[in-house]
Amino acid sequence: MEIFQQILFVAALAATAWYITKRIRLISRAIKLGRPENRFDHPDERLKTMVLVAFGQKKMFTNLLVGSMHFVIYTGFIIINIEILEIILDGILGTHRLFAPYIKPIYPILIDVFEVLAFGVLAVCVVFLCRRFIARVSRLQAERHRELRGWPISDATLILTAEILLMIAFLTWNASDSVLRDRGVGHYGELQRIVPDFLVSQYLKPLFSGFSDTVLVVYERTAWWLHILGILAFAIYVTYSKHLHIALGFPNVYFSDLQPKGEMQNMPEITKEVQLALGLPVTTSDGTQVNDNGEQPVEVGRFGAKDVQDLKWINLMNAYSCTECGRCTAACPANITGKKLSPRKIMMDTRDRLEEIQHGWQTHGNDYKDDKSLLNDYITAEELNACTTCQACINACPININPLDIILQLRRYRVMEESQAPASWNAMFSNIENNMAPWKFSPSDRFNWADQVNDAK
Amino acid sequence: MTQEVKTYTVPTMADMAASGEEPEILFWVGCAGSFDDRYKRVTIAFVRILNHVGIKFAVLGPEEACTGDPARRAGNEFLFQMQAMSNIQVLNGYNVKKIVTACPHCFNTLKNEYPELGGNYEVIHHSQFLQGLINEGRVRVKDGQSFKGRRITFHDSCYLGRANKVYEAPRDVLAALDADLVEMKRVRANGLCCGAGGGQYFKEPEPGKKDVNVERVEEALGTGADTIAVACPFCMTMMSDGVKNKNREDSVRVYDISELIAQGQGL
Repeated sequence: MEIFQQILFVAALAATAWYITKRIRLISRAIKLGRPENRFDHPDERLKTMVLVAFGQKKMFTNLLVGSMHFVIYTGFIIINIEILEIILDGILGTHRLFAPYIKPIYPILIDVFEVLAFGVLAVCVVFLCRRFIARVSRLQAERHRELRGWPISDATLILTAEILLMIAFLTWNASDSVLRDRGVGHYGELQRIVPDFLVSQYLKPLFSGFSDTVLVVYERTAWWLHILGILAFAIYVTYSKHLHIALGFPNVYFSDLQPKGEMQNMPEITKEVQLALGLPVTTSDGTQVNDNGEQPVEVGRFGAKDVQDLKWINLMNAYSCTECGRCTAACPANITGKKLSPRKIMMDTRDRLEEIQHGWQTHGNDYKDDKSLLNDYITAEELNACTTCQACINACPININPLDIILQLRRYRVMEESQAPASWNAMFSNIENNMAPWKFSPSDRFNWADQVNDAK
Repeated sequence: MTQEVKTYTVPTMADMAASGEEPEILFWVGCAGSFDDRYKRVTIAFVRILNHVGIKFAVLGPEEACTGDPARRAGNEFLFQMQAMSNIQVLNGYNVKKIVTACPHCFNTLKNEYPELGGNYEVIHHSQFLQGLINEGRVRVKDGQSFKGRRITFHDSCYLGRANKVYEAPRDVLAALDADLVEMKRVRANGLCCGAGGGQYFKEPEPGKKDVNVERVEEALGTGADTIAVACPFCMTMMSDGVKNKNREDSVRVYDISELIAQGQGL
């Protein structure tokens, strides 16, 4: 019986590992669809940002209460992994509480900490469900935000419910285990003088006191299996879910923009064109001159982005890292005033488009291409045109996602490849071109204001 | 192009170069500062302050051109770079080292986006420049009475604040006025846009429930302020329009911080 459980466990573990590896490969292949971009510079500054923003959750604490609640789940998740290590080893070796005899004095303290965290996670998940469905926090409501309709809301509810169930399984497992130990049943009894009652699960023991030994063992085994299989299933589920942020949040912050938020990225392929147009010596981005034969040619693809392949890999990683929390959208002036633009939707659309491509690969082979694109099929001109480039979305994101960068690249495509700017923008462009100002004034009148400096106020 | 000398003068870079001089700073006026009737008054107020403190400055005058900011943000990178490289040729031709501008969009573009195209200057916003003058004691608001009891609220510009983290300079300038400074709910890094950046100034807003500037003005009026201080030509227009939209133009005024300092100095 024991060996059968071990085999089953190892099989479950191996299947999960195989499946997750497959998912990671698929996701990283999708991210690599993006154009190259060097985000490996300034490692010290990047590390510092990651420590503060990802590990330290700095931006989550803009709202102290919500920040603290998220912190409970976050530490709970990280620290409970030590317990999962023991569970996995127990499962493989067919042991029970493997670490207990070896680290006798600190073992109960460790489990107490896990239990407090587990209870904390459970409580916070309940509060989070209440925030969604009772307090109805605006940024999390599908009626107010069309990008949340359907799956995104179910995804969030599923995660919170799963976490609650996992924590219940963990706590009741400990409780039933303690009852069996007190009764001295089989190998449970062997831990009698090693493992005491635990901080939280001791209060759940009365629930189990009426059960027979057999029922208790069955419950203990079931809870144990539910807990670990739940965790394995969750690990797979995460790769399909917005919850992928628990893994990608860290690299996403490490590779985040270091330049000032207002700086829009240069397009070196256009610099060359402009230099030629103005009769200037043509230089590459590192400042070295090239000859007329066009040596060191800059590879010109599309001007701007129409689909995910035209974006940078970091934009695509941003999309997979997004937790759909909607802080960006809640801060967006366009969204606040009822325009269709939602920075969260920009990120979700980008991921949805990537997943559509992934699906194509899986069903039609790796070279499959469809005739859809991120622009138009997912993100409309109306959304793009509404952006004031105020960077509130970038500022609001707890993991430094930059929706504005995607918006601007899509705008570039619309304007430079499709000549699809709104008419009044075209007028502004031609004014700048002809009059050196966005308005139709004569450039020679530019200095007329100086005539008034000595006029009465 | 020097003005007939009464009190204030506006030397151009061309004048300076002709007489073999170099100014301490170039005042980059910007398109709004040159052509917009309302913002011309801000340009004039700032020029009067520059004259008053005796700083050797110059403007490009007719040689100045749009930095290209609205074109770039609307997606027209080609036009932006045309503007940028022409401007850089002019600026480098005059050996410009230090630029002051009253427009956060010009400030951001000159400071952050021109270096990659060969334009490297020390660029400061007029709020930072005024802060410096106040700290050095070179600007002192004479008559505290005119601002006593006035409630002023400051509207953060995205391209000054979030984009470049200049939050305190304009507030320090306002603090010199001895007025009653009140903050809106959404300020500094959380400040709400006026609705004009990213090319919005040059087109109608997309359909929605409300215009952004109205939302922002409602928040500003909610503080009970009679003066909304701004530090950007777009914010100036948007806030003024919002105040009109709320029919409050008789009791609530929108001023640039340099106008308030000029008023305080009797310039």
